[in-house]
Amino acid sequence: MASIDIKNVRKDFGPVSVLKGVDLAIASGEFAVLVGPSGCGKSTLLRLIAGLEDASSGEIHIGGRRVDDLPPRDRDIAMVFQSYALYPHMNVRDNMGYSLRLKRTPQARIAEIVGRAGAKLGLEALGERKPRELSGGQRQRVAMGRAIVRNPKAFLFDEPLSNLDARMREQMRFEIRKLHRDLGATSVYVTHDQIEAMTMADRIVAMNAGIIQQVGTPLELYDDPANVFVAGFIGSPAMNFLTGEARRGETGVALSVGGKAFCTLPQAVAVPEDGRVTIGIRPERIRIGVGAGQAVEAAADLVETTGAASVVHVDLAGQAMKIFTTERLQLSQGQRIPLAIEAKDVCLFDPAGGGRLR
Amino acid sequence: MRGSPRVRLIKWSLHYGVLFLFVVAALFPLYWLVKISLTPNDSLYTHSIDLWPATISLEHYATVIGNSDFLLFFRNSIIVSGVTAIASTLLAAAAGYAFSRFVFRGRYWIVGVMLVTQMFPLVIVITPIFSIFGPLGLTNSLTGLIIIYTAFNIPFATFLMQSFFDGIPKELEEAAMIDGATRFKALLQIIAPLTLPGIAATMGFCFTGAWGEILFALLLNSAASTSTFPVGLLLYSTRATIEFGPMMAAGVLALLPVCIFFFLIQRYLVQGLTAGAVKG
Repeated sequence: MASIDIKNVRKDFGPVSVLKGVDLAIASGEFAVLVGPSGCGKSTLLRLIAGLEDASSGEIHIGGRRVDDLPPRDRDIAMVFQSYALYPHMNVRDNMGYSLRLKRTPQARIAEIVGRAGAKLGLEALGERKPRELSGGQRQRVAMGRAIVRNPKAFLFDEPLSNLDARMREQMRFEIRKLHRDLGATSVYVTHDQIEAMTMADRIVAMNAGIIQQVGTPLELYDDPANVFVAGFIGSPAMNFLTGEARRGETGVALSVGGKAFCTLPQAVAVPEDGRVTIGIRPERIRIGVGAGQAVEAAADLVETTGAASVVHVDLAGQAMKIFTTERLQLSQGQRIPLAIEAKDVCLFDPAGGGRLR
Repeated sequence: MRGSPRVRLIKWSLHYGVLFLFVVAALFPLYWLVKISLTPNDSLYTHSIDLWPATISLEHYATVIGNSDFLLFFRNSIIVSGVTAIASTLLAAAAGYAFSRFVFRGRYWIVGVMLVTQMFPLVIVITPIFSIFGPLGLTNSLTGLIIIYTAFNIPFATFLMQSFFDGIPKELEEAAMIDGATRFKALLQIIAPLTLPGIAATMGFCFTGAWGEILFALLLNSAASTSTFPVGLLLYSTRATIEFGPMMAAGVLALLPVCIFFFLIQRYLVQGLTAGAVKG
C-alpha cells in the first residue's frame, strides 16, 4: 500500500497536448476513480502511473519514491486492462502465477498464493482452463486475480468493466469494491461511466480536455460541482441547464427564464455584468405540483418510465428540461404542470467560462 | 434459399464439379511427374500415351541416387533453404516486431525502401551481385546463395511478420511488463508463442522460395560441389538428349523435403494464414 503523488505532469503526443499539467495526490488505501469523456486524458494518466508511457514533464511518486524514470516492472503496481490482456496460451493458473514465476518464487509458494487468490475470486474450478474457454466475467476475475497475487503497492484499473454486459458489470462493481475493502490497497480506477465512478469511488477525479476539473467525494461532486462540465457529467439523468437572467434585488438574486420568474436566491452571488447565467438544477430536485419554493409552470412533453421511477420531459419557456420522479404520472402532451423549485437546489454557472458562480 | 431437390442436386454437382476440375488441374503435373519417374526406360519413348505404365520400375531412382551427384545437390539445397528460412524468419521477426510496436524516425522511409526492392526483377541485379560476390569469394559458395536468398526474402517476410504482430494486442506485452518482465522477456515468453503460426508461415514461404530458386543458383555457382538441386536437374538435359526418367525421379525426390516441411508446419500454417481474418 502506498500513496501516489502526481506533480505537474504533462503529456504531449507530437503537437497534441493530452495532459496539460496534472496535480493529484491519492492517499494510501484510497479508491480513486478517474472519470471523464473519451479523450479526456484519464487513460493516459493511468498509463503514465503504470510506466507504459513516459511523461513529457512533471513527477510521479509512488509510496514516496519517484518512479517516472523506472520501467513498469520496477514500479510494483498491478494493472487490470479493459481487454483483460490474459495470456492466451497460458491456463488460468499460469496467467495468475506469471508475475510470481518472473520473481523466481518457488513452485509450491506460487501454487499456494494463486490458490488463495483463486478461492477469493471463485476461480478454483477453472485453474486448467485457457482464457478463450472462459466467459467475460470469469476473464475479468482472472485479470483481477493476476493483480491480487502480486500484492502490489497500487492497483490500476483501465475501464475494466466496459466489455461486460450490464448485469455482470453491476456484480463486478460490487466485487471490486468488496475486494478493495478486504485488501485496502491504493487503487486508481479509470472509467467513462459516471455511475461506476459514483458507486465505487472514495474520491472522484473528474477530468476533461487534459485538465482535472474537480476532485472530491462522489457526493461533493454531485451536490457542489465546480463547473458546468462536472455538473453535467456526474448524475443520471444529467443536470438540467437553462439559459436565464439574474437580477440583483433587495431580497437576493432573482432568476428568470425566458422572461418568467424562475427562482430567487437569498444569498449574494457574483453575477456577470450582463446578467446572463446558466441555471443548473438536478432533475430529481424539481417537484411536480405546488409545494415549497418558487412555483413555475411548464408544459409536459413526454414521460419515460423505468418502473421504479419516471423521467418527465417538459418545456419551460422554450427550453427542454427533465424531471425525475418516483410518482406515476399520466400526462398528455402540452399539459400545463406546476413545478416547485427551491433556491438551495439551484446552481449558477458563468455561460462564458462554464465556472460556478458563487 | 433452398430450392427443390433437383435444383439443389444441380448446385451440388456444379460446386463439386468445379472443385474436382481444379484439383485435377493442380495435381495432374504431379501425377505425370510420378508416372514418368516410374516408367521403365524402354517403354518411355513409345508412341502410345498411357495413363499408367504397364510395368513399374524404380530404375530411374536408382540411377539418380546411385549414379549422380544428386545427393550432394540435395544436401546443398537443404542447407541453403534451411539456413535461409531460419535466418530470414529471425531477422524478419525482429524487423516486423519493430515496425509493429515502435514509432521511430525514418520508419516510413525504411518501409518505402523495402517496398522498392520488391519492384525490380531479379535479373537486373544479377550482374552487380556477381561482380560484388566474386572478389569476396561468395561465388561458388553456399554462403553466397544464403545471403542473397535471405536478403531477397526479408522485405516480404518482414511485412508478413509485422501483420502477425499487429494481430497481437499490445496490452499483452504491457501486462507482462507490469507483471515484471522486460520487453525482451515479454517478447520471448508471451508474444513469440502466439506468433508461432506466423513464424511457421514465414518459414514455409522462405524455405520454398529458396528451394526452388534457380536463377542465382545457376549463375553464381558453377561447380557441382555447390550446386543446388534445381541446377542439378538441368544436368539431365544435355545438348544431345533429355533424360526424362532420371529427371522426373529427381524431381519427385526433391518434392519430399518440401512435403515433409509443410506437413510439420501445416497445423500452424492454416492458423497463420487465416489469423486476423475474422475478429475474435
